[in-house]
Amino acid sequence: MSRARADEEEYWHSSKFRAFTFDDEDDELSQLKESKQAVNSLRDIVDDDDDDLERVSWSGEPVGSISWSIKETVSSSASSLEGRDSSLQKGSSSYAAFPKQVSSYSLSSLFRGRNKLPSFQSLSDALSDTGVKNYAPELRRPKAEYKDYSNDWSPKDTVRRMQRGKVCSLERFRSLQDKLVLLDEAVAGHDGNVITAVLIFLKRTLRREILFRELEVRQVALCHLIHFLKETGEQKLLLDLLRFLDRTEEVALSQYREHLNIQDVEKRREFLKGCIGLPFSAEDTSHIQDHYTLLERQIIIEANDRHLEMSGQSEIFRKYPRKASILNMPLVTTLFYSCFYHYTEAEGTFSSPTNLKKTFKIPDKQYVLTALAARAKLRAWGDVDALFTTKNWLGYTKKKAPIGFHRVVEILQRNNAPVQVLQEYVCLVEDVETRLSLATKYKCHDVVIETYKDLKDRIQLTAYKCKVERGSAEEEKINSILNNMQIRWKN
Amino acid sequence: MAAAGRRDAPEAPDFGILKRLARDQLIYLLEQLPGKKDLFIEADLMSPLDRIANVSILKQHEVDKLYKVETRPAPSASDQFCFLVRPRIRTMRYIADIVNADKMSGRSRKYKIIFSPQKFYACEMVLEEEGVFGDVTCDEWSFYLLPLDEDIISMELPEFFRDYFLPAQSSRGPAGGRSPLDQLCRSSPAAAELPVRPFWQSLRDRQMCQDTDYVTALCSQVVYEGLVDDTFRIKCGSVDFGPDVTSSDKSIKVLLNAQDKVFSQIRNEHFSSVFGFLSQKSRNLQAQYDRRRGMDIKQMKNFVSQELKGLKQEHRLLSLHIGACESIMKKKTKQDFQEMIKAEHSLLEGFDIRESTSFIEEHIDRQVSPIESLRLMCLLSITENGLVPKDYRSLKTQYLQSYGPEHLLTFHNLKRIGLLTEQAAGETLTAVESRVSKLVTDRAAGKITDAFNSLARKSNFRAISKKLGLIPRLDGEYDLKMPRDMAYVFSGAYVPLSCKIIEQVLERRGWQGLEEVLRLLNGHEFSVSDSTAEDGAAAEAQRVVLAVFLGGCTFSEIAALRFLGKERGCKFIFLTTAITNSARVMEAMSEARA
Repeated sequence: MSRARADEEEYWHSSKFRAFTFDDEDDELSQLKESKQAVNSLRDIVDDDDDDLERVSWSGEPVGSISWSIKETVSSSASSLEGRDSSLQKGSSSYAAFPKQVSSYSLSSLFRGRNKLPSFQSLSDALSDTGVKNYAPELRRPKAEYKDYSNDWSPKDTVRRMQRGKVCSLERFRSLQDKLVLLDEAVAGHDGNVITAVLIFLKRTLRREILFRELEVRQVALCHLIHFLKETGEQKLLLDLLRFLDRTEEVALSQYREHLNIQDVEKRREFLKGCIGLPFSAEDTSHIQDHYTLLERQIIIEANDRHLEMSGQSEIFRKYPRKASILNMPLVTTLFYSCFYHYTEAEGTFSSPTNLKKTFKIPDKQYVLTALAARAKLRAWGDVDALFTTKNWLGYTKKKAPIGFHRVVEILQRNNAPVQVLQEYVCLVEDVETRLSLATKYKCHDVVIETYKDLKDRIQLTAYKCKVERGSAEEEKINSILNNMQIRWKN
Repeated sequence: MAAAGRRDAPEAPDFGILKRLARDQLIYLLEQLPGKKDLFIEADLMSPLDRIANVSILKQHEVDKLYKVETRPAPSASDQFCFLVRPRIRTMRYIADIVNADKMSGRSRKYKIIFSPQKFYACEMVLEEEGVFGDVTCDEWSFYLLPLDEDIISMELPEFFRDYFLPAQSSRGPAGGRSPLDQLCRSSPAAAELPVRPFWQSLRDRQMCQDTDYVTALCSQVVYEGLVDDTFRIKCGSVDFGPDVTSSDKSIKVLLNAQDKVFSQIRNEHFSSVFGFLSQKSRNLQAQYDRRRGMDIKQMKNFVSQELKGLKQEHRLLSLHIGACESIMKKKTKQDFQEMIKAEHSLLEGFDIRESTSFIEEHIDRQVSPIESLRLMCLLSITENGLVPKDYRSLKTQYLQSYGPEHLLTFHNLKRIGLLTEQAAGETLTAVESRVSKLVTDRAAGKITDAFNSLARKSNFRAISKKLGLIPRLDGEYDLKMPRDMAYVFSGAYVPLSCKIIEQVLERRGWQGLEEVLRLLNGHEFSVSDSTAEDGAAAEAQRVVLAVFLGGCTFSEIAALRFLGKERGCKFIFLTTAITNSARVMEAMSEARA
């Protein structure tokens, strides 16, 4: 056990994976910056040929990619349709043929380079030169070849012909036995397309109970039918089939999935309510219940807040208008929202964070992370402070967090917390090395100085002197510590 | 590794002809509807189509306007509509709606549907049901294989992964359920007409199913091409570099392949080596530009006419890739990439599981990224043979709270496919197994049985990685700049399983001695198709190796095998249903918000 530990330590401390780090202060990046500078400095020499980056236009001769011009057609037709279809952003990128010499695959170079590359003499050239329209129809295989008028193929031959894409009439397979032989042949042929074709025929010509019964012992065919029913959206038949097979959980999931297609929130909520009783596992039932409760809450909160925002009476909504509705958002997002807009509300209201925490049994860790992010975003440092302050029975206050304090620092830093605030949490980071590196990174000088003092590391402390401003209080502090005769330096 | 007598790898055959064949067939089909026509193209056919044709070719064959399928059709004056689509039922309904709307308003047009790569009977059924069967004509465009690069051929069927491996759904790939390899050799006229046909036959096939090795697809990629794919998404061999990369206000579409002289030298490198290379390159470039200072007129003229163009191009490529590197670094630093990699590596090694679990938990709580969180959970599950029930429940609950309750469905998908499971308490594996095999009566139908078995699949990750030495143990530093084995693609932490097996099989000239490994992999994953006698000629032919990946392969695997090829003097050709990465695998399993 301890042996393994030691190995492990050694493993992580060996430099095997340290050869390269994704750290912004790494040498490698500065190397990259250098090369970027070098390349950029050359830009003025080379940047005279923007004409190589040809814009592609639909009508103009320089031609572009097909995806590009589809976007063009869509956006131009969309504008004629009162600018609908906002889902397709119009030409966000310029599809320049870049760099055209690089690849013979580039579309424009294909086109342009045709004269230079005689090997590209393809069918297309040949065809367009000779007016193919006149004889093209004759090139076509006669229609009759596809058709199969003879109706007495054996099941095997039928399947074989179908595999080759020929149209075969299945109507002559009328007895149940014939149908099943045909199905088994199709399955043996390993061609999903043919299996599905036979299943369509069976579905049309057999009562569903009989079809289900026969498929139960033919798993491959069964899978294909389930897939087919999902694709075609024959939900009712699918559910019947799953029920027949006693796959109750799949029935439940399949029904639950339908809620994704319901846009109206009220209808969606009603639907979810109905899902609670479905035969899910105990664990999932509680998730479904939570889903329903969450949406129910969101509907209430949304209605209230929209009203508040419109009336313009609430300062927080005026200062930070809502970017999106809270409907159908995940729970954590909802919690963030409520920590942002409704932080001080009493537990009794549906929108209060504590109420959400209780109702959904949100773990401390999750709660603190979310509340911290929300309050830090508002720069409410007092709230942040209160989040971590606990009082013990003697009335002393102490800072505690269910997450590492390095995470707290990171989140605060990301929200541009002032050094004074950061400092308070940096010094709570337990691991000395992490504390030092965070303190150095975010210029929390006091923490660095104190830590070196505690470590009795004179060399590092002396070295740090050059990182603080000349004549500052920090420098003075370092000097006074260095001159303190009572400290027993380790070096 | 046979270091002695290292031979140069043979050249890859020219796959350009596949493109030309596909293009010519498409043109032929377009000409079947003579006269001006509007063309509706399915979204996921657009990028592949871009690789083989362009607007002017379409225009030459009287395509007037281009539309994307699924968008509301604009009021078009055209008398002929042509639809270029995948054989999907919802697309058929879309077409039927258009035809029926025209009928209602008394408009008469000609309609043609071109299915790629093939027509399904189910589609015709829908057309029949919707009452438009005789109104449209149908054709097939057998466009199965798209060469993305000199050594990569993709079938561009990303859905294959979900359709094929998510059991209880179906074994039916969009290719109709036949193995893509069968498709390739039998039913694709493109392949049949290939002049390289003998080449196909002389190859030893290695079919790799992706569900054998999820670990590779779940790890963060650190070779350059993989990172670019993870960060910017390479689509059909081309990538959109946004303003943050181009340091201008526009995006640029760039083809990434062997023709890009800068990219081709860094694509397979570990990211850490890329900086050095780029800075060396830029210094060289600077030096070459500087040369012009001391030149007289004549030399200058020479310089401008002969070298300047090349230099300019190199400059442009360099600044692009430097921009891409910077952007990657910025994004990764923000994401705690270092910590994440550390967590991944400890999962692979099986150390500090508690710590990694709480790292994942925090990742979820902070809503960092739904896809990344899911990926890490899956990695934990695969490497640990499932999550402890307590962890499973708590992580799942927190995930649903952070990213939305509808992901309940995602968790079911992942469980079914065996990517994220709960360690069974009490119920032994054999019990599950026997129950499953009772369910599966139709043993003859191999594929679906396999898929079913993954219900009960023990991932066996530890045993396999020990047996094959997938996690190299070495003392001291792993030199990423001078990699000693394929593990470099994951910073020396892991050799992709598929690559290791290929290496072993090539080394042993067969599967002898690998029986134990096969057993651990549940045996049926591999079609052992090398019955050929191992004579000298065959050995020579084996210098070109076709690696077939069903369900997709990652750029990390490609880089690893290219490395192996260099070491062994052989050339790998990659045939895959699609290029994949962790995000794509996770998204395929994820139930998106409607």
